[in-house]
Amino acid sequence: MATTLAIFRRELRGYFSTPLAYVFIVIFLFLTGIFTFYMGSFFVRAQADLKPFFNFHPWLYLFLVPAIAMRLWAEERKSGSIELLLTLPLSTWSTVVGKFLAAWVFIIIALGLTFPMWITVSYLGQPDHGVIIASYLGSMLMAGGYLAIGACISAATKNQVIAFVISVVVCFLFTVAGAPVVLDFFAAWAPQSLLDAVASFSFLTHFNAIQNGVIDVRDLVYFLSLILFWLFANLLIVDMKKAS
Amino acid sequence: MDWMIEVDGLVKTFGHLRAVDGVSFKVPKGQVLGFLGPNGAGKSTTMKMITGFMAPTAGSVRVAGFDVDTHPIAAKAQIGYLPEGAPAYPDMTPISFLNFIADVRGMDAATRAERLDYVIANVHLEAVLEQPIETLSKGFKRRVGLAQAILHNPPVLILDEPTDGLDPNQKHEVRSLIADMAKDKAIIISTHILEEVDAICSRAMIINNGRVVADGTPGELESQSPLFNAVLIDCQNDGVADALTALSNVERVEQMEGSLYRVYPKGSPNGKQSIIAEVADLASRQNWSPSQLTVEAPRLDEVFRSITGAAAVTDAIASETSDMTHGEAA
Repeated sequence: MATTLAIFRRELRGYFSTPLAYVFIVIFLFLTGIFTFYMGSFFVRAQADLKPFFNFHPWLYLFLVPAIAMRLWAEERKSGSIELLLTLPLSTWSTVVGKFLAAWVFIIIALGLTFPMWITVSYLGQPDHGVIIASYLGSMLMAGGYLAIGACISAATKNQVIAFVISVVVCFLFTVAGAPVVLDFFAAWAPQSLLDAVASFSFLTHFNAIQNGVIDVRDLVYFLSLILFWLFANLLIVDMKKAS
Repeated sequence: MDWMIEVDGLVKTFGHLRAVDGVSFKVPKGQVLGFLGPNGAGKSTTMKMITGFMAPTAGSVRVAGFDVDTHPIAAKAQIGYLPEGAPAYPDMTPISFLNFIADVRGMDAATRAERLDYVIANVHLEAVLEQPIETLSKGFKRRVGLAQAILHNPPVLILDEPTDGLDPNQKHEVRSLIADMAKDKAIIISTHILEEVDAICSRAMIINNGRVVADGTPGELESQSPLFNAVLIDCQNDGVADALTALSNVERVEQMEGSLYRVYPKGSPNGKQSIIAEVADLASRQNWSPSQLTVEAPRLDEVFRSITGAAAVTDAIASETSDMTHGEAA
């Protein structure tokens, strides 16, 4: 626990001691703004909600989260500092968790900085704050899902570009599993149960459910178990690399 | 005896390559063991397995009684490790880096303050404490790595090329630091600087092709040199070579340049007797007036080259040294 905290603190501080954090946050805020106001037609809809804002989060995360995750392990492997890290008296699990939590908290900080959006919509009308809080929670969990996938893939290579590209592809599959483009393909011939199974693996399905303001335990369990699954895979990869 | 490091039948294969091929040894407290060997001999790989960074293909490692495979955290807590190339986190400053290591190692506030003072003073980091590590010179980076390794005052130190990239003064400082700590620790260093072994190691081990090919005190290894106890004599008189060859304990005489001769003693590869008295006696009997008469300085690099240069020699000595290791362990 104390060691997880030490890793967590070092990693989180690491983001802010380089330009990475600032570049990421500025770009994240800039893109959420563009998506919300131009592509999401925030004003044209004339509705006091943040749907146009949250709707684009999966697509934004699809590229931005792997960009954060790609360096988690690949950079350490490249620079050799992984040798230092893995010979310190701490369990691999606490390292995996510490790194993940630091990156997650960092993304949550970036997400938190979109609060002017909430203020704007509150100023303009009477939004359902419960729905907005639920959407923020859903967005947070979804970011964690993307991050866990990216962290795991980063552990498998020392090349950050490879880690990024593969992460984007895997994240893309997890995103679109519930989109019409995939479901229509199955809908023509597959039974409803298979359709539901595929859709249930999708970030979109679960995120949309939460975005509607209903925090279903199943959606929470989905995201948390997905995160745990990928972190566990991350752990196995780090341990397997020791033996190779 | 209290063995701090016990390595037993260590093997590591990468595909078809046997990088480490059955290495066994034990290191007690108070010993500084020097790993010598050409690049790629398996020194670093052995160290990576002792410190738990790599899992061995076969064999076991115990550090301070803890098996590195089954009790990795307890074993790692006993070790200070300077990996090859002294990796660190480039965006951190030395002081934040050392504090991070202290956090992970769970040092309490008082110990931390005391140990930080000690390592910063002894490794001479005062001037660069607040500079990002990536901006430091190679020598300072190496010292940050060393500081990190000794921060928790570990009973076992594994240092992979601790003086690489340091200037002669810094080398000297690091060597005296290691010598100071040697008394109550078990230390393994790897190096290809042979004088370093003479300077700080109480035991030297030559590793070649993943195997231990020689193991003993630096003095014992030096006695395996083909030049061990050879005598140099510079003498203008006639018939010097013949007269020297006729001596009972002389193997052969080699004419170096002009009137300089090198006289090789008889004896087994590691039992060459001293012949200087005999040669001096002969010179005075023959009324020679040699301008030089000296014993060859023992040279570890001769041994190193003769052992790691030819495979045939290697195997012969390997069988000899394995007997020696057993004798020592008993």
